[in-house]
Amino acid sequence: MHETFYDVMRRQGITRRSFLKYCSLAAGALGLSPAFAPQIAEAMETKPRIPVLWLHGLECTCCSESFIRSAHPLAKDVILSMISLDYDDTIMAAAGDQAEAIIEETIKKYDGNFILAVEGNAPLDEDGMYCIIAGKPFVEQLRHVAEHAKAIISWGSCASWGCVQAARPNPTRATPTHKVPNMPDKPIIKVPGCPPISEVMTAVITYMLTFEKMPSLDNQGRPKMFYSQRIHDKCYRRPHFDAGQFVEEFDDEGAKKGYCLYKVGCKGPTTYNACSTVRWNGGLSFPIQAGHPCIGCSEDGFWDKGGFYDRLTDVKGFGIEANADEIGTTAAAIVGGAAAIHAGVSVVKRIAQKGDDA
Amino acid sequence: MATQQTPNGYTLDTGGKRIVVDPVTRIEGHMRCEVNVDENNIIRNAVSTGTMWRGLEVILKGRDPRDAWAFVQRICGVCTGTHALTSVRAVEDALNIDIPENANSIRNIMQLSLQVHDHLVHFYHLHALDWVNPVNALKADPKATSELQQKVSPHHPKSSPGYLRDVQTRIRKFVESGQLGPFKNGYWTNPAYLLPPEADLMAVTHYLEALDFQKEIMTVRTIFGGKDTHPNWLVGGVPCAINMDGDMAAGAPITMERLNYVRGVTQRCIDFCKNVYLPDILAIGGFYKGWLYGGGLSGTSVLAYGDIPDRANDYSAGNLMMPQGAIINGDLSRVHEVDVRDPEQIQEFVPHSWYKYDDDKAGLHPWDGVTEANYVHGPGLIGTKTNIKQLDENGKYSWIKAPRWRGHAMEVGPLARYVVGYAQGHEYWTDQINSVLSTLDVPVDALFSTLGRTAARGMEAVWAAEVQMYFLDKLVANIKNGDSSTANTTSFDPKTWPAEVKGVGFTEAPRGALGHWIRIKDTKIDNYQCVVPTTWNGSPRDNEGNIGAFEASLMNTKMEVPEEPVEILRTLHSFDPCLACSTHVMSEDGEELADVKVR
Repeated sequence: MHETFYDVMRRQGITRRSFLKYCSLAAGALGLSPAFAPQIAEAMETKPRIPVLWLHGLECTCCSESFIRSAHPLAKDVILSMISLDYDDTIMAAAGDQAEAIIEETIKKYDGNFILAVEGNAPLDEDGMYCIIAGKPFVEQLRHVAEHAKAIISWGSCASWGCVQAARPNPTRATPTHKVPNMPDKPIIKVPGCPPISEVMTAVITYMLTFEKMPSLDNQGRPKMFYSQRIHDKCYRRPHFDAGQFVEEFDDEGAKKGYCLYKVGCKGPTTYNACSTVRWNGGLSFPIQAGHPCIGCSEDGFWDKGGFYDRLTDVKGFGIEANADEIGTTAAAIVGGAAAIHAGVSVVKRIAQKGDDA
Repeated sequence: MATQQTPNGYTLDTGGKRIVVDPVTRIEGHMRCEVNVDENNIIRNAVSTGTMWRGLEVILKGRDPRDAWAFVQRICGVCTGTHALTSVRAVEDALNIDIPENANSIRNIMQLSLQVHDHLVHFYHLHALDWVNPVNALKADPKATSELQQKVSPHHPKSSPGYLRDVQTRIRKFVESGQLGPFKNGYWTNPAYLLPPEADLMAVTHYLEALDFQKEIMTVRTIFGGKDTHPNWLVGGVPCAINMDGDMAAGAPITMERLNYVRGVTQRCIDFCKNVYLPDILAIGGFYKGWLYGGGLSGTSVLAYGDIPDRANDYSAGNLMMPQGAIINGDLSRVHEVDVRDPEQIQEFVPHSWYKYDDDKAGLHPWDGVTEANYVHGPGLIGTKTNIKQLDENGKYSWIKAPRWRGHAMEVGPLARYVVGYAQGHEYWTDQINSVLSTLDVPVDALFSTLGRTAARGMEAVWAAEVQMYFLDKLVANIKNGDSSTANTTSFDPKTWPAEVKGVGFTEAPRGALGHWIRIKDTKIDNYQCVVPTTWNGSPRDNEGNIGAFEASLMNTKMEVPEEPVEILRTLHSFDPCLACSTHVMSEDGEELADVKVR
């Protein structure tokens, strides 16, 4: 039997009345309406905090860094009160044998009932030894833990798509979670972005804990609640696109006036992410607001889709209501030179996939 | 057993008991450490290994140099932005692009905010658990903790007994839930932990406060770069145009409201670093000042490239607010000039790295760097190539190369910078050092230690926050003088570029000296090489047998319980290792390298 949070509180002499009050305060602290208090109470009365094993492959740790920047809820509250982050080599106290023992303990105690969070990806060449954990290939650790997990979260573009180390020529054959050979068949939630938005990461976790289910995913495996619209669809500079007002070069008059960045390479029209709605770092800003074109960092293979300052072209008319599933296979091209653009037309473009995942 | 004398002054003894720590946790990336301890549990041999490799520089070949900053920024998401800054400087150097003064101020604000963030998160969230025991904090008296807090940090408002009791209660509930999360399997009964319960409770409280506060520090970069982690940069300046009160200023990237936001955050950074971070180091340091292991190369061989140009486009030592120079053989009376372009000064070696050169004994300057992976072990390997039990350090044993400055293994980072600054008489830093030494009542030699490295980082965070405010004031003054320029786009179009050029960019990343060397041919990247701080500090041995900074710092440290690597972690963490940075590669021919990999 696992001791629940409620058991602990009762043992501390806290009354049920105080406990329920705590739950409604907790709902407020988490940015939820009081209506969620009974659900929180129920969860705390019956369940231990769900264990999370957060593994790191080839990566840069930008996803972890993004995670700790979450404004609501605070990373502190996620770690202390919502999940049990039992393994995460970036912050865990234990090292070496004592760290690796935790994986086996968790598997034994919570087999099939913990979440595997993956940051980074596994290199397959050199028998996997381009990423070594405890003397062995990371890919072995990944498969082993996945075998016993309830579900997998692929944090960021590395785990979701491959990201920078998988850009051509992918020297280590870095491979995203869902494409690892002999990977156990477990549900995978992709939360792409380099990194994903902090509050998107914590919202995916809180959604799963609160509603006790996986978020709805699009056909690429991304939560629809954050990845169902293009940045362009809800960009605050969209009226300038429609009006044909563009930044022609950096720091020109258009740049000072906040005109559309399409002509200096903005990938907002082809990028599915929540940057223009949730925004970054507590809703403070996002790349376009700070004057730089979107580089499309949440899209599969974005490193190999042409230069970041090259303009999207060959745009076809799609309504903003079109979601990623409906237009996901539309091919388009990218060129660096001048191109005709059609102001007033909702544009979208799906850049041709290179398809070289090897 | 076999003993071996290194040219840089260490006696290695591979007898005794071999201890393996893999993974080394609370670092960026992946690393392994092996040590031999004698019958008194004193470390007599140390082996540090980078255990990851991504090949980013191979990936850069043939790309648009204006895009390089985004690729190399993904070398590291912890020191996010510093590689990007180094990259745009390298490209601007190659193409002779001058940036506007405002761009220089904004870049410095972004770089300094990284120093503040990185140092603070490192201390509280990666390093503190080497000194602080959260379980012991449960025994603390909140009232006594409040008194301690008010004594060491009188200007920090969160110090009431009730507040500290609430934090303690939350920690108690957490511990009693039986689900210890990140604190699970820690070394909480190890006698290496020396703090009284009240100091532990104070530090744990600040661990949580710092976790809340750190997210604010980087909002400065969200203002100027649009997001963080990984903000946006631009060759020729910065992407954020300034429009204070012109037409359509509403919604412009930089406005009065945005600058006010930056000012508020910057002031809170100064307050937190001065009133919480540095006082905590002094308080904790007071209990550990008898534990002065871990000096390694810091008293003998240190290197700093310098950074934070006061005026734009002048990267000479006299214009850099972080000092530049090299000290060798422990002679602080002589600071050597450093030239990152000189092929004789900086060279990388691979005799003990999993790479091969045509001549494995050669040293190559980064502009001529070659790397080809060569994952082989020496005959003394115990285990197999895919199940390593014990490495053979006489053979190849790391994905990190061995960079040397005029043949010397060097330490880089905050302590190296402060030692160079101290030797040069950097006024602000010297005052800080003297103040810390007198508060702790220790001699100057105490600086050359694990604790000294940790203290240098805290001092530097205070300095960086204050200089961040200096550049904000400078930015505002320049705008007031009528200059709102943020980018020079005259050479942005590749058609304007020469057929073949090369350049170098350097910075002081939070972890130390960072350089990028680029060759551009026919508007594309022909060659890109990074030599990063953890390559210097985590370097394996070289041809002569010199050991690097990590290995040197572990030597002769006494372990309380050899099976519990508290002391190893404490000293390695004091460098703030970044393994994703250090394990890189370059080849003259990316295709050939790819062929080597695909077997």
